[in-house]
Amino acid sequence: MSSLSRDDVAKLAGLARIEMTEAELVELSSQFGLILDAVARVQEMDLSGVKATSHPQPLENIARPDVVLPSLSPEDALSGAPAQEESRFRVPQILGEAE
Amino acid sequence: MALPTYDEVIAKWDPVLGLEVHVELNTASKMFCSCATEFGGAPNTQTCPVCLALPGALPVVNEKAIESTILIGLALNCKIAPYSRFARKNYFYPDMPKNFQISQFDEPICFDGYVDVEIDTEEGPKQFRIEVERVHMEEDTGKSLHVGGATGRIHGADYSLLDYNRAGIPLVEIVTKIVPGTGKYAPEVAKAYVAELRDILRGLKVSDVKMEQGSLRCDANVSLKPIGSDVLGTRSETKNVNSLRSVERAIRGEMIRHAELLNDGKKVKQETRHFQEDTGLTRSGRSKEQAEDYRYFPDPDLVPVTPAASWIEELRGTLPERPSLRRKRIKEEWNVPDKEMEAMINADVLDIVEATVLLGADPTKARTWWLGEISRIANDQNIAVAELAITPADVAELVALVAKGELTDKLARQVVEGVIAGEGKPSDVVAKRGIKVVNDDGALMAAIEKVCAEQAETAEKVRGGHLPAAGALIGAVMKETKGQADAARVRELLLGHLGVQ
Repeated sequence: MSSLSRDDVAKLAGLARIEMTEAELVELSSQFGLILDAVARVQEMDLSGVKATSHPQPLENIARPDVVLPSLSPEDALSGAPAQEESRFRVPQILGEAE
Repeated sequence: MALPTYDEVIAKWDPVLGLEVHVELNTASKMFCSCATEFGGAPNTQTCPVCLALPGALPVVNEKAIESTILIGLALNCKIAPYSRFARKNYFYPDMPKNFQISQFDEPICFDGYVDVEIDTEEGPKQFRIEVERVHMEEDTGKSLHVGGATGRIHGADYSLLDYNRAGIPLVEIVTKIVPGTGKYAPEVAKAYVAELRDILRGLKVSDVKMEQGSLRCDANVSLKPIGSDVLGTRSETKNVNSLRSVERAIRGEMIRHAELLNDGKKVKQETRHFQEDTGLTRSGRSKEQAEDYRYFPDPDLVPVTPAASWIEELRGTLPERPSLRRKRIKEEWNVPDKEMEAMINADVLDIVEATVLLGADPTKARTWWLGEISRIANDQNIAVAELAITPADVAELVALVAKGELTDKLARQVVEGVIAGEGKPSDVVAKRGIKVVNDDGALMAAIEKVCAEQAETAEKVRGGHLPAAGALIGAVMKETKGQADAARVRELLLGHLGVQ
């Protein structure tokens, strides 16, 4: 049974800027363990002849020509923003910057 | 302990460099969407569901960006990967609305290249080979404006405002391998490398390469090890280096800062530092995330890039002459002194002078016009020489008119003004303004006699064989004829008039 420690979960939560209670950290560390176990079953198989893939379709070189199309109006672009100012998205104080 | 001098640093420590250069490509549209990339637009006027990361948006890569990146790789002597993928670099920061940046991780499109640079030293020119580890594609981030706090910096700000016009502009990152063995020349080698890259990229026409606008940015990794040691020291990474001069200053400053810590028995902290243009010093930024913190994984929205070998070879065939070789060739072919060559490069007139020479103008004359009168006018108007309404064809015509004796240098300057003012080609300006050289010896003789009478004492000196005094008289005659006379003819007639040879 794989496991993720409480500290691992706390670190991941920090990277994702998600605030979690101590109880949640403990609870999630055991749930992560179950998920990792499920994924680990794939690694038990012999995959030596199987090419790693990151896309369900066997596609390559899908590209678009370098052509400009109209953008959203700033009003539309900002319409879903919880806060805005001077035609810009307003975000809370950026934390995690030491000093 | 006092700050060590640079000489003290290099007597004891051996610098090791690593340089990461980010280049914004000059494609018309963004990397993964069709928004415009133009610089300076009103905030959030160049965004769409893809670059704003709205749910369900699907990125599709810009084919011109792939082509430009392959061209860069080829110009830097890289191998081009037959198969490469995009990866998500996860980090939580509002400059990217997706909370990840699309980049490339372990499968960069170009790898294993090099750039040769040359620097001038007391012992003559020295060559250094900078090895290129990888060239990969990614996207630029949005621009933040930090509000509140004293300095407009992120520290102490109450909140931040985001403009995503820049988010998603194609960005190419060029990463060197570690650069050892530059010793005391480390700062100059780094500067020469970035300058060479800039020239190569400009030659490829894939980027505006304007450091002051941020379309070319350099992050400098510096570490020190004791001379003779094989063990690398801890590095710092300096960002925000926005000019060639700053590259040199930032590295020199970091070498001194590291040496001071190490001399005191302290440790260098592995961190990102920000270069301060005003002081030339760096200040601490965030502690560097570990690579694993970015949790890279292949982007499932994008498919692999597999450029055909035939296409790569076709692109290789279009590579322009390498800038350093071109400069050497031009210098030899035109027989340009070092100082003048440097002046042309600094004034960014090499292309325009070459175009003028290709239209038949004498190289020295072409250079003198572009670097002299025309540069002066451009400086006065505070614009680039290339933005003035005068072309290489105009200057070639001007040089020809002077050579034929139809214009004096002074008259030609009036013609240059006319062309720049939009009065047409040099011949049009000559016709419209009625500019012509006074070739009428009678009119010249009248002016000479008048001047010799006014300046009888000087004329007497010349008559007595003191030829240098003739200059003042010739100048006065030229003034008298409003610069329309041919100075050589004036001299001839003057000396004849005064009975000397």
